[in-house]
Amino acid sequence: MIIDAWLLLDLILALLVLALGWASLASPDLKRGVTLFIAFGMLLALIWARLRAPDLALAEAVIGAGLTGALLLSALRDDPGLERPGGPGRDGSGWWLGLLTLALAGVMGWALTHALVWHPNSGQAQAIAAALPESGVSNPVTAVLLNFRAYDTFLELAVLLVAVLGILALGPARPAYRPAGPVLAGLSRWLLPLLVVTAGYLLWVGAHAPGGAFQAGALLAAAAVLLRLAGQADAGLPGPAARRWLLVAGVAAFIAVGLAGLLGSGAFLQYPAGWAGSLILLIESAATLSIAVTLALAFIGGRQSEIPVSPVEKESTPC
Amino acid sequence: MLSSSLIFALTGVALFALGLRGALLHPALLGRVLAINVSGAGVFMLLVALAYRGPAGNPDPLPHALVLTGIVVAVSATALALAMGRRLRQLEEQADD
Amino acid sequence: MNDVIGLSLVFIGVGFFLAGSIGLLRLPDLLSRLHALTKADNLGLGLLALGLGILAGDWLIGLKLFLIWLLVMGAGAAAAHLIAGQALRREDSR
Repeated sequence: MIIDAWLLLDLILALLVLALGWASLASPDLKRGVTLFIAFGMLLALIWARLRAPDLALAEAVIGAGLTGALLLSALRDDPGLERPGGPGRDGSGWWLGLLTLALAGVMGWALTHALVWHPNSGQAQAIAAALPESGVSNPVTAVLLNFRAYDTFLELAVLLVAVLGILALGPARPAYRPAGPVLAGLSRWLLPLLVVTAGYLLWVGAHAPGGAFQAGALLAAAAVLLRLAGQADAGLPGPAARRWLLVAGVAAFIAVGLAGLLGSGAFLQYPAGWAGSLILLIESAATLSIAVTLALAFIGGRQSEIPVSPVEKESTPC
Repeated sequence: MLSSSLIFALTGVALFALGLRGALLHPALLGRVLAINVSGAGVFMLLVALAYRGPAGNPDPLPHALVLTGIVVAVSATALALAMGRRLRQLEEQADD
Repeated sequence: MNDVIGLSLVFIGVGFFLAGSIGLLRLPDLLSRLHALTKADNLGLGLLALGLGILAGDWLIGLKLFLIWLLVMGAGAAAAHLIAGQALRREDSR
């Protein structure tokens, strides 16, 4: 059997990602496990690029490796209790569970092999390609997200809102970080404007090239995380009232455009002809700000008082 | 017979099972959160592998959009899980006092 | 000819990455490992970016790769500084 170079690369990538996933979960030291998980995320971004999914590669690099990694590391720092063993049935008596999941994997693998090798089909790809010129954008992923399946994206923004409301309701913010030394301060001074400009660029270019609201929002959240790590406890976010407005901006934009479509064309979220591109940009801009504030607040971890807290104080009043 | 789609689809299934086992059996809460993320990555890999149409053809954008949504939801769910875990440990420590 | 130069630069760059990874695994303590990582990755990424720019043939892509190299170097240097500082602080406090 002749294996060509691409398949060899795919095999190596697949083995590496499995090894990283296994090592990250099997490691008894969780800090090591989290670091391996960050590497797992970066390799995953590489795999998305290999599978011709550049939007996903961008999102995975920022969110999957960057933001999730920062979130997990800050949880390790703040909550040593999360590392402790706990809960029922965690004493190795679950070997039969491992066997069951192995059996499940076997069945799924067999079904996939059957489907991919003997009955391949093309799904919705041709229908989407045919309808793409009318969608208002030329990036097919953006067209699917913001036009053909806009309702799903609307509900997803609502899910994000619910998650951040839960995080805010569960307690005060995590302890702040010490003010940055000269190296981190200097790096931040260069990186922050670059991050903001790149986020704006990704938002704009998402209409016709890989990019879009999610990647842009996540980059802005990364800028907020950088600010917080450099010692600014409010992470550059505006005051509590402005935060509330920004958090709901994405869902609100969807509802507003949807109702306008209902009044104009008779169906919720039905874009009027010719307006699709502008409306998509409007919704994406609002969604970018929402996603940025949502993910930044998720990293901050809870309610903050009105004044930036020093690392010593841990109690805070609702914002 | 052996294609890129098949390789990554099977890897996705393997990651899903790996993460599922970790989510059920890992001793620490943070480890279980990690395992659910690994499991989610497996599902994403399965979707993207099924959307792949070869080095020349355009991939199917619908699974890509689903996975993009999934990545963002996964990070917010992870954040919520960590916040809940933190609160849970705090309540346990208060109960011990 | 350009392809040959570009590919050989990429391979040399990958060789530097390999050296850095071996240093990460084999060197005895944190500071020497950081040293190996940053030195090898800076030069490795630089050669990689140069080789890829030559292979791409477009000066705009080459410029973007150069900027990426600068960013990675800056971030890597700052991260190494922070890690080393934290490690030294922890040694002092023991």
